[in-house]
Amino acid sequence: MSSNSKEIPFWSDPQKRSIAFQALALIAIITFSFILYGNAQTNLAKQNIATGFGFLNLEAGFDIADPPIEYWSDDPYWKALVVGVINTFKVSVIGNIFALIFGTFVGIILLSKNWLAAKMAKTYVEVVRNVPLLLQLFFWYAIFVDVFPSVKEALNPFGKLYLSQRGIVFPVFAEHAVWNWVWLAIFIAFVISFFVRSASVKKRREKGESFNPWPIMILTLLGLPLITWAIGGAPTEISSPELGGFNFRGGYTISPEMVSLIFGLILYTSAFIAEIVRAGIQSVDKGQWEASESLGITKNQTMALVILPQALRVIIPPVTSQILNLTKNSSLAVAIGFADFVSVANTTMNQTGQAIECVLLIMAVYLFFSLSTSLFMNWYNKRVALVER
Amino acid sequence: MISVNSEKLGSWLKKNLFSTPLNSFISIILITVIFKVSVPFIQWLLVDSVWTGTAADCRQANGACLAFIREKATFILFGFYPREILWRPIVSVILFIGMIWYSKEPHRWNKRLLWRWLKLTLLIALLMKGGIFGFEAVEIEKWGGLPLTLMLSFIGILFSYPLGIFLALGRRSEMPIIKGFCVIYIELIRGVPLISLLFMASVMLPFFLPDGLILPKLIRAQVAIIIFMAAYMSEVIRGGLASIPKGQYEAADGLGLTYWQKMTLIILPQALKVVIPPTVNTMIGMFKDTSLVLIIALFDLLMTTKSALKDASWLGFSVEAYLFVAVIYFIFCFSMGKYSRRLEVEFNRGVRS
Repeated sequence: MSSNSKEIPFWSDPQKRSIAFQALALIAIITFSFILYGNAQTNLAKQNIATGFGFLNLEAGFDIADPPIEYWSDDPYWKALVVGVINTFKVSVIGNIFALIFGTFVGIILLSKNWLAAKMAKTYVEVVRNVPLLLQLFFWYAIFVDVFPSVKEALNPFGKLYLSQRGIVFPVFAEHAVWNWVWLAIFIAFVISFFVRSASVKKRREKGESFNPWPIMILTLLGLPLITWAIGGAPTEISSPELGGFNFRGGYTISPEMVSLIFGLILYTSAFIAEIVRAGIQSVDKGQWEASESLGITKNQTMALVILPQALRVIIPPVTSQILNLTKNSSLAVAIGFADFVSVANTTMNQTGQAIECVLLIMAVYLFFSLSTSLFMNWYNKRVALVER
Repeated sequence: MISVNSEKLGSWLKKNLFSTPLNSFISIILITVIFKVSVPFIQWLLVDSVWTGTAADCRQANGACLAFIREKATFILFGFYPREILWRPIVSVILFIGMIWYSKEPHRWNKRLLWRWLKLTLLIALLMKGGIFGFEAVEIEKWGGLPLTLMLSFIGILFSYPLGIFLALGRRSEMPIIKGFCVIYIELIRGVPLISLLFMASVMLPFFLPDGLILPKLIRAQVAIIIFMAAYMSEVIRGGLASIPKGQYEAADGLGLTYWQKMTLIILPQALKVVIPPTVNTMIGMFKDTSLVLIIALFDLLMTTKSALKDASWLGFSVEAYLFVAVIYFIFCFSMGKYSRRLEVEFNRGVRS
């Protein structure tokens, strides 16, 4: 038996020390949690607050303006919360789509050779990034409430679109059962086009040449919804906003709360996305531009086929966190009175006093949104990542 | 001389605005848009605006009601703090800005600076609170406006930065329990909006405190902000730790340094320096995010503005008020951003030479 191992006391053995340290940390965390749990039990018992999610089945008793699904104030709390989740989802999806488009556009303009255009884009980015989002939301909301006229004197910039204190009103197709089917057809058409394009790309990779997917894709995207619409009876009736009494009748109204929220979120997030896109494009080596120029590829094609695909690899990770930020920032809706999930949960919390449950619900919902977005973006990032050969 | 200048101007214009027909077209449209927007705006803000008078004077004019800002500026900047002792919040703001100015030189970044910040925080808290040395005591609920915003953000940074370092080290640690705890903490906090943490602080935390202990809402919100900021700081710092070449770790191990010696003497000084620009950007984000405390009814800069707007005799001047506060936020955030870019350039220069 060598005396070597005996000479090392256990506190100098890194492995044993690490185990001891972790055990201590674990004990500390568990003790701390128990103390918190104990405090909560005493305090809740003292104030006679029942724990658990039983309150979700009670009658909510508050109204929600323009609910996306049928909802009345005598529905239970859980249904109000579902309305909130759908609203949050709606705002996040619309906001993210437009922020990505607008942000990329501004990012490209930041690099424009036109001095004035680049300077204007820069000014927009600097102003928007250096003012709190909440303040911007209040500002846009104030424009509706304080600056825009009442319904009777609504601004009419063009066509049948009206701007007033009650929001934006514009004409839409009158309600008809077929429109739901048309939406479904559009969705299916997108799925089909996606598969057609993948098949074309796959064939090109394997055989070196392939069919052009675009005619088939465009035909599906236009044809499928059109056929559905024609079979369903081809309704053409349009519901236009008409001034009647104190409000508009007909048309589609977007509330000032929703417009300010979505508009504010898009403007704010676009500024960050623009900077990321600019940095991404600049990160692509100048030689790539020169090489494609010498191959006789036009500038626009170079951008679309050579530069952007390479820039995407740098762009996607930070853009992912911007998408997540927009989703989380949509919770600021509570401050301007749009019924997103946080604001419904807040009302529920104030009415029932179930603070712990409601805060946990908010966290769970946003964690779900964050994790699913991260998973999707990681999958997409892997798809565009550089395949090293 | 003039001809040379105009020639230069001409070639500059041709190169930057009118290089192609399309470019000229875009430039002309943009110039028209700028005129259409900025001329009425300047007229509204400077020509037609009302500088003194009452709400009635403002309503008669077509311009901005700057009289409203003059009337409410003190409230917006300092909230409900007693008017007779307004010098105390003013001195606090000056101390804060002075300390930020003092901290911006890289050669002052050491442990002493951290202690100075801690001392300053205590001093400002005493100054605001009063109650000793013959100073009149002011309840914490009356604090508001710019001092509150500065306090929430810079005290938040002061505490979340070290916490972020520990979390980043923990996440890269080889001990599974420590690592697991740090990963869960960071991802959990980054996955939820700040509002949910503020709700937690305002309505949930009181349940978890021992019986009889009541913390003011401001302190609870400050804790929530520190918890939130630390998660984001740690991710920035983790990036810095990852950028240090493996040889540095191995060399430190080879010298027989302990873990803490290795980290504090070799790794952290390099890692923290690399990520200073993104750290400052995170700080800017946090400075803006402190405005969210108005949702739990704390009187930060934005909340004082909102309540100034509720004054029944001055209704309807929200655009002026929001622009005023936006300028204040902009000055702080823009100068921090400029500073971060300057550091980036300086450090890059250092790397190349």
